[in-house]
Amino acid sequence: MGDFLSIAISIAFHGLALAMVLYLISVGLSVTMGLMGFVNLAHGAFAMAGGYAMTTLMNRYGAPFWLALAAAVVIVGLASLVLERVLYRRFYGGGELNQVLLTMGLIFMSVGAATYVWGPVAQPIQLPQALRGQIDLGVRDFPVYRSFLILCGALLVTALWLALERTRFGVRVRAAVDNLAMAQTLGVNTSRLFALAFGLGSALAALGGGLGAELLAITPGYALDNLVYFLIVVAVGGMGSIRGPFVAALIVGVADTAFKYAAPELGAFFIYALTMGLLLWRPRGIFGPA
Amino acid sequence: MPDARALLDAFARRHRLHALEALPWVAAVAAYFAFPDYLALGAQILAVIIFALSVDLVLGYAGIVTLGQAAFFGTGAYTAGILAANGWGEPLTGLLAAGAMAGAIGLLSGAIILRTSGLPLLMQTLVVAAMLSEAANKGGRITGGSDGLQGMEVWPILGKFRFDMFGHTAYLYCLAVLAVAWIAVRALVHSAFGRSLTGIRENVMRMHAIGAPVDRRKLVVYTISAALAGISGGLIAQTTQFVGLGVLSLERSGTILIMLIIGGVGQLYGAFIGVPLYMIAQDRFSTIDPTYWYFWIGLFMVLMVVFAPGGVLGFFARRRARREKP
Amino acid sequence: MNAAGLETQGLCKSFGALAVATAIDFRLERGARHALIGPNGAGKTSFVNLVTGALRPGAGRVLLGGEDVTGLPQAARVKRGLVRTFQINTLFRRLSVLENVTLAIAERDGVAEDFVRPAGRHRAVIEEAFALLDRLGLAEEALRPVSELAYGRQRMTEIAVALGLAPKVLLLDEPAAGVPSGETATIIDLIERLPSEISVLIIEHDMELVFRLARRITVLVQGSVLIEGTPREIADDPRVRQVYLGERRHA
Repeated sequence: MGDFLSIAISIAFHGLALAMVLYLISVGLSVTMGLMGFVNLAHGAFAMAGGYAMTTLMNRYGAPFWLALAAAVVIVGLASLVLERVLYRRFYGGGELNQVLLTMGLIFMSVGAATYVWGPVAQPIQLPQALRGQIDLGVRDFPVYRSFLILCGALLVTALWLALERTRFGVRVRAAVDNLAMAQTLGVNTSRLFALAFGLGSALAALGGGLGAELLAITPGYALDNLVYFLIVVAVGGMGSIRGPFVAALIVGVADTAFKYAAPELGAFFIYALTMGLLLWRPRGIFGPA
Repeated sequence: MPDARALLDAFARRHRLHALEALPWVAAVAAYFAFPDYLALGAQILAVIIFALSVDLVLGYAGIVTLGQAAFFGTGAYTAGILAANGWGEPLTGLLAAGAMAGAIGLLSGAIILRTSGLPLLMQTLVVAAMLSEAANKGGRITGGSDGLQGMEVWPILGKFRFDMFGHTAYLYCLAVLAVAWIAVRALVHSAFGRSLTGIRENVMRMHAIGAPVDRRKLVVYTISAALAGISGGLIAQTTQFVGLGVLSLERSGTILIMLIIGGVGQLYGAFIGVPLYMIAQDRFSTIDPTYWYFWIGLFMVLMVVFAPGGVLGFFARRRARREKP
Repeated sequence: MNAAGLETQGLCKSFGALAVATAIDFRLERGARHALIGPNGAGKTSFVNLVTGALRPGAGRVLLGGEDVTGLPQAARVKRGLVRTFQINTLFRRLSVLENVTLAIAERDGVAEDFVRPAGRHRAVIEEAFALLDRLGLAEEALRPVSELAYGRQRMTEIAVALGLAPKVLLLDEPAAGVPSGETATIIDLIERLPSEISVLIIEHDMELVFRLARRITVLVQGSVLIEGTPREIADDPRVRQVYLGERRHA
C-alpha cells in the first residue's frame, strides 16, 4: 500500500510539472483564440523559439540560465509583436481555413529553419545548480526542477487571474472576449489590445518552452510534435479562458503521465480518447461559453 | 420568353463534359511515354490525386475544415499493407479492403464528431488521427511500429500484370483507379446531392430551413471521402510495397491540404493541378536540398494565403471574372 | 373543432433570467392571414424560432395541422409544410437565383438524395423553379448570383425559395425589412396574391402593411400575448396604443 501511494505521488508530481509547462505554453494560445478568434496552430513555434534562444545563449555564449531565459522571453515576445503586425492581423475575423493554412505554413517554416540553424538533434540543456538535485518537502524528497515548475505554474495562474480581474488591461480583455463589437463601441482600442495579448501570450509560451526544455525536448519538430497537446489543453479548457486551460492542463498532464506509466503499450491513446469524450460532453471546453 | 429555353438548357447542362477536361488524361498518358524514368513518381502522384480529391469533397464542397484526413489515408495504407504482408497479396481485393476499412473508420468517427463544427471539430479530427497514429506506433507486431511495415508481397494484377521495377504496371494501375475514382467523384459533385453539399458549404442555416438533413449529408460525404482516401493509401502501399508511420501523421494531413490549396479548392480540378506541382517540386528539391524543403514550402504557403488564396484555379477564375465585367 | 394550421400551447422559453416566451397560446387558422406585432424585444422572432424548431422550448407544445411536432427538428417540420423566411436574407449568395430555388425544390421532392444522376437531368425541378421565378417577376435575373441583385429582389428570392417548398404554413419574418420604399409594393402584392390554402403569419413592424394584409392580429409584448383580434379591435384597443405610444415616449 505504501508503495502504491509512493508511486501515485510520484506520478501526480511528474504529471503536475508537465501540466505547468503545458499551461505556460497554452494559456497564450487560449487568449489568442478566444480574443481574436484566431486559430494559431503555430503557437508552439514560439515556445520552441524560446527554447532555442535560451539554449543557444547558454551553450554558445555561456550566458547564465536565468539571464538566457529572460532574454529569450523578451526576444520572442518582441518578435511575435512584429509577426502579429505584419502577418496575423490580416486574418482576424477571416475564414478558419485560411488561418489553418497560414499557421500550418508557419509551422513548416519553423521546422525547416530550426533544422537549418541547429540541426535535427535535441538541444542539450544544462540546468543551473539551484534547480538540480532533490529537495526535502517534509514527507519525502522531490526533484527541485519539477517542484520549481509547479511553483511557477501556480504563481502564474494566480498572477494571470489577478491581472484579468483587477487590472484595466484585464477588464478590457474580458470585455473583448465576451463581445468584441461592444468593446469597440465602448472605446477599447482593440488592435492594440490584440497586439499586447498576442505578445504576452507568445512571451509566456517562450517561458514555458525554455523552462520546460527538460520535459519537452527542443527539437526542430517541436511545434508539430506537440501541437496536439497544446490544442487539447485549449479546446478542453475553453478558448479565451485563463482558468480553463489550467484545469485542462492538470487533467492532461496527470492523466497522460498516469496512463503512460500504467499502460505504456497504449501510450497516448488514453489521453486522446479522454479528450474526445470531454469534447463531446462540452464542445466549447469545460470553462468555455455555454 | 424564347430565351428561357436556352437559359434553362444552359443551366441544366452544367455537368456536360468540357473539352478542357480531357487535358489531365492526355497529359497522364503522354507522361507515360515521355518520362519512362519517372513512372514510379508518376504512379505516386496519380495515387495522391485521389487523396486530394477526397479532401476536396469534404473541404471544398461540404465546407468541413479538417486536419485529420491522414487517418483514413493511413488506415487504407496499413490495411492493404498488412494484408499483403500476411499472405493475401491480391491487389484489387486489397484495395477494396483498404477503402472499406477507411470508410468504416470515417463513418464511425464522423457519426461521433460531425455534430460539432469549427475549432472543436478541427480538434476532434486531429485527435482521431493521433489515436490511430499512436495505435500504429504501439502495435508493432502487426504494423511494424516505427520501423514500418516490412515484407509486403503484392501479387500481379488480375494474375497477369506484375509490378515491375520501373513502375510501368504501377503507373497504369494507379491511372486506372484514378479514372474510376474521378468518374465517381465528378458524378457525385454534379448530382443533386453534390449541389446540396455546396448549399451546406454556402449557408448551412438556409439548408436547415429548406428541410435538408444536413448532418446525415455531411456524414455520407465524410464516409465517401474517407473510403477514397483509404483507396489512395492502399495504392501507395501496394505500389511502394512499404508502409511507414508517416501515412498517419499530422504532416501528411497538412501537406495534402497544401497540395489541394495550391490547385484550388472546390473546383474538382484543383487536385489535378496542385498534387503534381507539389510532388514534382518536392522531388526536384530533394536532390538539391532535402532538409529545408519544409521551410520553402511553408514560406510558399504563407505567401499563397496572403496573396493568392484561391490557388491556381482561383487565380484564373478571378481573371475571367474581371474580364467578363462590363 | 377543426385542427388549426399551426397552434402553440403554453409555449415557454427563457435564457437565464430573460423570458422570451411565457405561456404563449396561439392559433393560426387554415388559410389565415395573421399578423404578429409588438414592440422591439417582444420576442417575435424568438417565437418563430420556437415554432420552426430552431429553438427548443422550455415548456409547451407546437402543433402543425393537429400533429404534435414539438420534438421534431427543423428539417422535419419543413417537410411537413412549415416554412419560414428570415428577417435578414438567408440565401446562397454566390449561387444563382435559379439555383437557390432548385435546391429548395430538390429537397422537397427528395431529389437531393440522388447522388448519381447529374442535377441538370432533373428537368422537372428546374422547370418548376423557373416557372415560380417567372410568376414572381424574377425570370430575368434567374442565372445571376443573388449577391448581384438589389436588396428588394433578394427579398423576393427569399420568398421564392419559401414558396418552392410548397408550404402549408408560411411564416414571413418582416418581409419588407430593409427593402427601399420603391420596391416594397411588389412584395406586398406578392403576399396578397398568395394562394388561399396557405396559412400565413406575418411578423411586421410596418403598420400600414399589417392593416392591409392581415385579417387577424396578435400583439406580443415581452414574451406574452397581450391581445388578439381583428385589425379594428386592435386599432381601437387602448392597451395597444399605450404599448406603442409608451415606447415612443422612451425614445
